[in-house]
Amino acid sequence: MKKWLNVFEQNKRIQATLIGAYIATTFISLYLAQKSVVAFLLLLSSLLFLYFTSFSNRVKWGIGILVLSVLLPLAASQGEAYQSYMEVATLVGIYIAMALGLNIVVGLAGLLDLGFVAFFAIGAYTYGIFATAQANNFMPFGKYPLSGESFWIFLIVGCVVAAIFGVLLGIPVLRVKGDYLAIVTLGFGEIIRIIFNNLDKPVNITNGAMGLASVQPPKLFGIEFMYPSQFYYVVLVILLLTIFIVRRLEYSKIGRAWKAVRENEIAAQAMGIPLVRTKLMAFAVGASFSGMMGVVFAAKQTFVDPTSFTLLESITILVMVILGGMGSVPGVILGAALVTILNLQVLTELTNWLNQLSLSGVVHIPDALSPAKMQRFIFGLILIVFALYRPQGLLPAKNPRFDEKELKSGVTNVADGKEGAKGVYFNG
Amino acid sequence: MSILTVKQLTKQFGGLIANNNIDMDVQKGSITAVIGPNGAGKTTLFNMVTGVYQPTSGDILLNGESLVGLKPHQVAQKGISRTFQNIRLFGAMTVLENVMVGMHTHLRSGLFHTIFSTPLMRKEEKEAKQEAYRLLQYVGLESLYNEEAKNLPYGAQRKLEIARALATKPKVLLLDEPAAGMNPKETAELTKLIYDMREQLQLTIILIEHDMKLVMEISEHIIVLDHGEKIAEGTPDDIRNNEKVIEAYLGKGATTAS
Repeated sequence: MKKWLNVFEQNKRIQATLIGAYIATTFISLYLAQKSVVAFLLLLSSLLFLYFTSFSNRVKWGIGILVLSVLLPLAASQGEAYQSYMEVATLVGIYIAMALGLNIVVGLAGLLDLGFVAFFAIGAYTYGIFATAQANNFMPFGKYPLSGESFWIFLIVGCVVAAIFGVLLGIPVLRVKGDYLAIVTLGFGEIIRIIFNNLDKPVNITNGAMGLASVQPPKLFGIEFMYPSQFYYVVLVILLLTIFIVRRLEYSKIGRAWKAVRENEIAAQAMGIPLVRTKLMAFAVGASFSGMMGVVFAAKQTFVDPTSFTLLESITILVMVILGGMGSVPGVILGAALVTILNLQVLTELTNWLNQLSLSGVVHIPDALSPAKMQRFIFGLILIVFALYRPQGLLPAKNPRFDEKELKSGVTNVADGKEGAKGVYFNG
Repeated sequence: MSILTVKQLTKQFGGLIANNNIDMDVQKGSITAVIGPNGAGKTTLFNMVTGVYQPTSGDILLNGESLVGLKPHQVAQKGISRTFQNIRLFGAMTVLENVMVGMHTHLRSGLFHTIFSTPLMRKEEKEAKQEAYRLLQYVGLESLYNEEAKNLPYGAQRKLEIARALATKPKVLLLDEPAAGMNPKETAELTKLIYDMREQLQLTIILIEHDMKLVMEISEHIIVLDHGEKIAEGTPDDIRNNEKVIEAYLGKGATTAS
């Protein structure tokens, strides 16, 4: 068995055949099946298998992007359920980007943030207020709603505004550590939600609990974005950008500084790392991804109200990070995808199925016990089980491996390393 | 020429006076030891010099420039680096990464360069890696570069702390009990390393240490603290024969030994 695994691991051709066959099979079954959640999820999970193959990163990315941008939408487009698949895929993308943002704060910099959804809310309201007639209430100039073309600018605006709030939150809360930080951020999350809930008087800015309705759909070259299948591509592009940036940051001086602060604050400072600036940067970068997705969310839902930004949302994002693996980008992506799909598909399908069973009189499940209502219970269970048995998450964070050849190439005389160290030490 | 001067430095924690009117003058390129019984205020002194604590009164001068009021990272940027009594490595990071963190202040590429992976950034990262590897070779840990720091044996962790401190390119290096928990062979290696660092890297080294053999062997100047006060200073021979020091710390055996 082990021998076979070894052969499999080393032979790229076998891997290519298998993954190709897998993608083809799931693609065809989703293409032919009118409505098959299973086929849809199986096709999505080809990305996970792809992650475990031993192709070069470039090839993996190429295949991954091909699956996501062409195969998945194409296969799904055949049935009536096209838009609902795309809706799920879009939400998965939004949550992945948020989880990646939180991963910077919690996973890399080690700052437990229980109010992360606040930044998402800020992004959503930033677009929501100006893309509805709402802004007329308090803006002395300009005509609102702004046109759908402004959406693209608001992606940047939402990103910047969220980052600013990230810094604003950071300045007071960075005086506290650990448990206290968690409580203060939890408070911040609630405060932001309650402010949005109550900012309808004296000046009506957010329209309070009524929410902002009929947010302008984004427009590009005269095409209005109305359907999830269109938003899917917007989210996909932003998500790829997010992953790209997070990856770059993680393996850089900045990422090392974050991890150093997480591992030991005092030692990090003694190495010349400015504590406050480094933490604020983590908050700002993390918040900015979330803010950007908030703008997309507002445009996609065409409706924004405070109930979308409760504490449960913050906890959900945290569960994604913990489930996937704190500090691990592939892990967090997997965690976010699993939790979102569990939430949107598995629990709903299960509830529907149970309802049908009760209707046909086979079993009777009281309404209070329907799986869709057990979200909190399930998240709680996931957190406990993972804290106990797999604290590093599904795909644990990996340290960068360095190549000895590259490291040595800088030393003129390896055997005489001490002299080399002396020379460069003072010239460099 | 003195590089680091401490003037009437006092630190009070509530009613406890941890350091009382300490004066210290460290010569450039020297090896100075700070010794004294547990709770004498040695680490407090280090913590004030590195900006972890702010002194209640007094002044700390590096090349004539006051360090009082600076944050720890600013002190590090001025050229003072340190190791810790209770090892403070970045446990979940690799050995090489630990050293690379020490280079933080010497790497210039910020957010923009990082996201766009500019040639400047790539060159800098490559050089940083190689430099970190050289520093590991210098302390003898090069074979462990891909290990997680927390998995290293104790003696290696102490050495890694030194390599990491060296990566900041300090002028003054503070070592807080570098030989604690080391066996005689490791201590002998460490003694040589400390000596080499001074000779080859032109460092000024201040160390806190309880291993008297090591202290007497390499230090040129010794400062003795007891109950937060400086009770003596001088060459190893002066200290060995100082009545006050013998009573407070060394014990009667020290005069006859070695």
